[in-house]
Amino acid sequence: MAQDALLITDLKKKYADGPEALKGVSLTVPAGDFFALLGPNGAGKTTIIGIVTGLVTKTSGTVSVFGIDTDEEPERTRSMIGLCGQEINFDPFMKPRDILVNQAGYYGIQRRIAIPRAEKLLNDLGLGDKFDQIGFKLSGGMKRRLMIARALIHEPKFLVLDEPTAGVDVELRRSMWEYLTTLTKGGITILLTTHYLEEAERLAKHVAIINKGEIVANGTMEEILALHDPSTSLGAGGYSGGKLEEIFIKLTSNNS
Amino acid sequence: MSFDKQLVALYTILRKGVVRILRIWPQTLLPSIVTSVLYFAVFGNILGSRIGNFNGVPYILFVVPGLVMLAVITNAYMDVATTFFVSKFFSRNIDEILVSPTPSLIIISGYILSGVVRGTAVGILVLLVSLFFALPSIAHPLVAILFLILSSLVFALAGLINGIYAKNFDGISIVPTFVLTPFVYLGGVFYSIKSLPPSWQTVSLFNPIFYIINGFRYGFLGTSDVSPLTCVAVLLGLMLVLLGANWYFIRTGLGLRQ
Repeated sequence: MAQDALLITDLKKKYADGPEALKGVSLTVPAGDFFALLGPNGAGKTTIIGIVTGLVTKTSGTVSVFGIDTDEEPERTRSMIGLCGQEINFDPFMKPRDILVNQAGYYGIQRRIAIPRAEKLLNDLGLGDKFDQIGFKLSGGMKRRLMIARALIHEPKFLVLDEPTAGVDVELRRSMWEYLTTLTKGGITILLTTHYLEEAERLAKHVAIINKGEIVANGTMEEILALHDPSTSLGAGGYSGGKLEEIFIKLTSNNS
Repeated sequence: MSFDKQLVALYTILRKGVVRILRIWPQTLLPSIVTSVLYFAVFGNILGSRIGNFNGVPYILFVVPGLVMLAVITNAYMDVATTFFVSKFFSRNIDEILVSPTPSLIIISGYILSGVVRGTAVGILVLLVSLFFALPSIAHPLVAILFLILSSLVFALAGLINGIYAKNFDGISIVPTFVLTPFVYLGGVFYSIKSLPPSWQTVSLFNPIFYIINGFRYGFLGTSDVSPLTCVAVLLGLMLVLLGANWYFIRTGLGLRQ
């Protein structure tokens, strides 16, 4: 049986000067899966990602990546994860190739190996003519693709994408979908958060919906879509979103 | 992470820092050189010619080690404080390293070494500039080199603490402006504490930078206000305290993990 890429058990997080961001989240991402973690702003998605990648310390609970506890062997688990964060956070005065080669260096990959790898990734993501352009001069879509390339430079087994297509135009978003699909076919597990629910519906095999720090739905895409109740759809009288969107609104708007 | 991979990570952080220093040299290297030229011209030539000999040497030769050390201290400190602060708050690219398996000790070492490179490089450049105004002899070159490197190291460590804890730009300018600069000026850059009243001589002994400047000056002139061994001891003591503080940050995630 294949090992789970991510196993989260009863994860809690209370920020020092804030509310309880996570209230006992348990989640399993099977290896090789394309998993969508959905939720409204402030639901706890980025906190989960922060804990998994080591940017946020948890209050309690356990997290393991491919069977390795992130507390016991953080360096090993981090080496298996690639993070494409929500915010554009590369050095804006550096060139794409240098950004990638430096990132590889943080994983102990020598420059002679990293340079051709960086150039291939940039080519694959349509940035082949931007090797030496200063980062801040790239367009929004190019910056997003550069972030994905940076997350992949050390060839991770588990790719975490926190709203990777935010602010990206439709055409580019679709080309990014294709690229991500080829990654999963190559064996990389992907955890995706997004506010574009059609994106999740199209790409993900499994989906979890989080609201106010708690998982409110979790299962295969088919299982979640089966929760759809046509009788509650807005129908022809108003805007009707996709099935997943309607389920999402129903599950996250019942605020107690 | 294996040792050889740690070395690659360390080299990467250091290289990035050095490339940045060279890329923005008008901000990192040039200001200290320009300031030093002014100091050498005003204090060394114009005022120095009227002062004559000071502690047995021409005044300009007396101030050269102090001005070099002024540049070393401020540059090593500001390099690490600013770089770390900007990475943390503005571009937030510190996350690039934090999500990687690079151990905290290597992260800190990379930033510190970058500060040491800048501090030492600026110190050497200021020393070279001084050649246009005087020809300082170096009585104990190894002592001078030791103080050059150790001082860079100590103030790079101090700058890192500042960079970690600064919450805004004021946070990284307050310490250099209101603490570091007065301590450096009152540490004997331009004078010997023997010229001070006895009570101020005693006060000066509590200024750690006094020992650093005097130790470095001993390397040049072969004389100083205090024993060079005392200066080395103070410098090593400071380094231990700052290493301890930085070790605490390593243990607690550098204050960067929420």
